[in-house]
Amino acid sequence: MYTSISDGIVEGRGDEREEAFNERLDRSIKVEPDDWMPEAYRKTLVRQISQHAHSEIVGMLPEGNWITRAPSLLRKLILLAKVQDEAGHGLYLYSAAETLGTSRDDMVEALLTGKAKYSSIFNYPTLTWADVGAIGWLVDGAAIINQIPLTRCSYGPYARAMVRICKEESFHQRQGFDVMWKLAHGTPEQHAMAQDALDRWWWPSVMMFGPPDSASPHNAQSMRWKIKLFTNDELRQKFIDQTVPQAEQLGLKIPDPDLRWNEETQHYEIGPIDWEEFYRVVKGDGPCNRERMQTRNDAWNDGAWVREAAAAYAEKHAAKERAV
Amino acid sequence: MSGRISYVLRFGDNALVLAQRSAAWVAHAPIMEEDVALANVALDLFGQAKLWLEYAGELEGLGRDADAFAFHRDAAAFSNVLLVEQPNGNFADTIVRGYFYDLWASLAWEELTRSRDERIAAIAAKSAKETAYHLRRSHDWLVRLGDGTECSRERAQHAVDRLWRYTGELFLGDEVDAAMMEAGIGFDPASLRDPWLERADAAFATATLARPADGWMQRGGKQGRHSEALGYMLAEMQVLPRSYAGATW
Amino acid sequence: MSRDWPLWEIFVRSENGLAHKHVGSLHAADAQMALQNARDLYTRRNEGVSIWVVKSSDITATDPAESDAFFEPSEDKTYRHATFYRVPDGVKHL
Repeated sequence: MYTSISDGIVEGRGDEREEAFNERLDRSIKVEPDDWMPEAYRKTLVRQISQHAHSEIVGMLPEGNWITRAPSLLRKLILLAKVQDEAGHGLYLYSAAETLGTSRDDMVEALLTGKAKYSSIFNYPTLTWADVGAIGWLVDGAAIINQIPLTRCSYGPYARAMVRICKEESFHQRQGFDVMWKLAHGTPEQHAMAQDALDRWWWPSVMMFGPPDSASPHNAQSMRWKIKLFTNDELRQKFIDQTVPQAEQLGLKIPDPDLRWNEETQHYEIGPIDWEEFYRVVKGDGPCNRERMQTRNDAWNDGAWVREAAAAYAEKHAAKERAV
Repeated sequence: MSGRISYVLRFGDNALVLAQRSAAWVAHAPIMEEDVALANVALDLFGQAKLWLEYAGELEGLGRDADAFAFHRDAAAFSNVLLVEQPNGNFADTIVRGYFYDLWASLAWEELTRSRDERIAAIAAKSAKETAYHLRRSHDWLVRLGDGTECSRERAQHAVDRLWRYTGELFLGDEVDAAMMEAGIGFDPASLRDPWLERADAAFATATLARPADGWMQRGGKQGRHSEALGYMLAEMQVLPRSYAGATW
Repeated sequence: MSRDWPLWEIFVRSENGLAHKHVGSLHAADAQMALQNARDLYTRRNEGVSIWVVKSSDITATDPAESDAFFEPSEDKTYRHATFYRVPDGVKHL
């Protein structure tokens, strides 16, 4: 990326460097792009950041579906601004990932060929306008819980991108809740629409935090490297505790007969999560996986001639300048 | 409906229809940076539409707000020019449509900032800043596509050829335009034709594109006679408010 | 794609009086496009009065591995800092 003066000089100093690296992590000194870092740290970050970026981009699709059908000009403006933000967030994150030596081309190819993962919540369809509200309220709500700790992660560009994202994200969740509020307190049909959306989006949102800690072996290393600051279950619990009262205020029922408040632990307890569904969707058999990928591939392929044209034009004019 | 209300609605409908068209590109653009840029254009245009439609409602005094005009009128009541309702097609079609409109709008706002109607002048002044940016963008893309690859030039030329027949309507005045001109509120659409052609010719030259020969210019949008495309667009846009009578969102 | 749409680093001055700050990067085919895209991407919320775009390949950076030799010599020249000097009691405006 940047032209730095030297490159990985001396082998055999590996252990020393790794020790120094870990010591800086312990002192909460950020890692910046040209600093030495263990290959595994770099690889893990590339995967995590690019996955996050892909999620933002694919995440534009379920809500993007409803831009042309938003039921008022204000809702349309808000939704358009939100989806635009998501494109922007994807770009901030690709930008952060590129500082680690990967290219946008490589990352996009990995996504389009199915090699890279993205948050599987976006493999669910948005069937009604209430789904737009549910996504803002639940999915963005979950994302914020995940993202705020990342503003303190060890890798500088990622942390800075997350600060920018979190600032912009705050209206995303609020507008979703606002949509749900209006529907839940609207006509009987609108209330039913809101309840139906909650029924379909609750469990996938709970699953957004990933497998239970007991089934997540990689977490320990990520936590040592300070690129993951809380466990999946910790974040999931936070989400549940903050969201259940919101559902109550909306006057909507969470689709879980086993949901109950535990007075001792001061936390909500939920019923069993269907991890089979989770893995099935992750593997590619969710309701919309193929459609999402097809849409992204179409945009990319249909746009090839445009990208080529812009490049050709730039080349022609750079050549003209050189000739002068 | 009074001449002034009709007049205001025309600008509002142009912005609304073009905004709705532009918004459909989001998440489908050739590169993610363009998703952000096209969303920005759509946001600006929806904002402008709101201002015009709100004013129309106030002038009318029957309690209609911007949403009432946007979601509860049939195609025949829309008064946008035919140009803006043309389908998105490929990226070249969209850019050329945008360029033709942006160029016209920038000239129109200049006229309208001098309107005796203060509100119209104010909306035009605000729109002028946004349109200046849109015009730069659409002009630059026109040039890149025209002077890019053989393939892009072909598509750009095809878009120009196909959309040329809708540009005439931009300069065609009717009784409403005449009345507004006389009242010092509006401008003569025909007066924009030469400056528009001059700038378009310059752009075509830079883009290595050819200006089509003038043939019959399609018309009728301003008077509510639209192409088949508008009906489909409105059906999608209006489905929720029309299906849920009395609901607020 | 990006082979011919290079990466640009973006610097934004958010208001007069402040210096340009690095905010991230984006891909664009040429400098004009980079400026326009940067405006849409990094100043949506009125965060800018001036934008610089620089091709990433045009940036030369110091090498952290050399940072000891490059930066440390300034560490022991503490006489460059005001705090090195003791100001006698009662002397003002120093």
